[in-house]
Amino acid sequence: MSEASSTGAALEEPRPHRRVDADLAPPTARSGLLGVFQNRYLLRLLVRREISARYSGSFLGLLWSYINPLSQFLIYYFILGKLLDRGTENFAVHVFSALIVVHFFIETFNAGTRSIVRNKSLVRKMALPREMFPVASMLVSLYHVAPQVVILFVVCLFYGWVPDPMVPVALALALGIIMLLATALALLFSVANVYFRDFASVVSILTNFVRFGVPMIYPYAVVEERFGSFAQYYMLNPLAEAVLLVQRAFWVGTTQDPSATAATELPDHLFTRGLAMVGVSLVVLVIAQLVFTRLENKIPERLN
Amino acid sequence: MSYPADTSIVVDQATKSFTLRYHRTFKQVTVAMLKGHQVSDTFQAVDDVSFTVEQGESVGLMGLNGSGKSTLLKMINGVMKPDSGRVLTRGRIAGLIATGAGFHPQLTGRENVYLNAAVLGMTERETARKFDDIVEFADIGRHLDSPVGNYSSGQFARLGFAVAVHVDSDIFLADEVLAVGDKPFKKKCLERMQEIRDSGRTLLYVSHAASSVRKMCDRVIVLESGKVGYDGEVGPGIKYLKYDAGTDEEEQDEELGADI
Repeated sequence: MSEASSTGAALEEPRPHRRVDADLAPPTARSGLLGVFQNRYLLRLLVRREISARYSGSFLGLLWSYINPLSQFLIYYFILGKLLDRGTENFAVHVFSALIVVHFFIETFNAGTRSIVRNKSLVRKMALPREMFPVASMLVSLYHVAPQVVILFVVCLFYGWVPDPMVPVALALALGIIMLLATALALLFSVANVYFRDFASVVSILTNFVRFGVPMIYPYAVVEERFGSFAQYYMLNPLAEAVLLVQRAFWVGTTQDPSATAATELPDHLFTRGLAMVGVSLVVLVIAQLVFTRLENKIPERLN
Repeated sequence: MSYPADTSIVVDQATKSFTLRYHRTFKQVTVAMLKGHQVSDTFQAVDDVSFTVEQGESVGLMGLNGSGKSTLLKMINGVMKPDSGRVLTRGRIAGLIATGAGFHPQLTGRENVYLNAAVLGMTERETARKFDDIVEFADIGRHLDSPVGNYSSGQFARLGFAVAVHVDSDIFLADEVLAVGDKPFKKKCLERMQEIRDSGRTLLYVSHAASSVRKMCDRVIVLESGKVGYDGEVGPGIKYLKYDAGTDEEEQDEELGADI
């Protein structure tokens, strides 16, 4: 329009012509979960930021990730195993293996829901795929699962547990279910939380149900015994499935007669169900992404 | 509609409206509705704005507070999408719209440089290559390895600015510039922005300081309550805003600090 000539000071030397090869395109970030994985470097840095920030200023640092679950296990061991002496065989291991799954889910759900609001300084100013933040929350939680699995592994060895080939399969299925499902819920609730901060409170109530909706502080056999045919609806909960898979991987192997335990304490077709639940979680994730895409346009202006 | 190959920014009838919420909680909304008060209202922050900028142009975006400059900049930056109309850009965008955005107070300056650079779209290798330049520009000495939470606001801004100006972008957006920082640093920043402009990058500079706009820009766009009030040469643009009346350049240089 107007190449200025009259105004300005004595800086009229011609500027180099810069040719830009890119196409004219909308400047908004390529969004969606695919956009997140195209920018893995930033995702990695965000995850690392969360992890190192959690233990910053602490002397023991990452060691806390081991001390915490270990102390929890010891509490269960003495209270549930020695003091109450109820439930099933090696009840402490039963509870602890379930707890790993439940913790992973709850942490992702809680932190993921708050993730966009918490990173508002970034979200309001930079064109990033906003799915980045719930996904990063999930990965941070996943990172803290590892030490817990290590503790569980060592504890199980003390109980005389011998790993079988299905252990990694069961663990992978369980983690897969939680990763997909928790990310889906984190996506949904993170954007909802931008609109109304009430959702963070809703999530903490929901997570209370999670603790008791899975066979953690009671064995699955009780559900079958009391609920009868209703147990099949109980098993529609992907979290219950994931918990049972981890118990199959670790707890079952610590009992006197693993095959008998598996027959009485686990539902039939555990692995087939697990695979189906991965599929279900994937569908939920796709739905969550669609909803997220619809709602995210208003995020920058609703964050204040 | 197609644009010539050296078009850098296209803003085509872009409109963005915001919702004003007078009452936020359930109780407030219910009471207001019972009393027949208005619960929400919308206003047009950017109203049917159109212009194109060529690659290498240096445009000053001016206007009074609340005239829609920042909203427009956010749409060009890609943070917001226009409600209607469209915004197109060519090439990589960087700028001082977000200096220090995403700095984590518990991480060290060094860690934050990497994170901030990644947020601005730099790869790991690119950051490593420019790291020494960034640190030299920020000039915060030993503080680089202490958490940025302990930084003074000036140091914080320096580091953010240093990262932003080292992004190899085709379009450079400058908002909130020079609001903090001491005089030598401000001078360094202005020089750096001139370098950016002289390298043929498109510069969009939001400022209230008439003198620095005069120095930096070869075109001025003035926004008035969301609409383009003036688009053309710098001198008349500043007159249009009546920013030149009564003050001489000397005084305006002092105003620089009061940017935004």
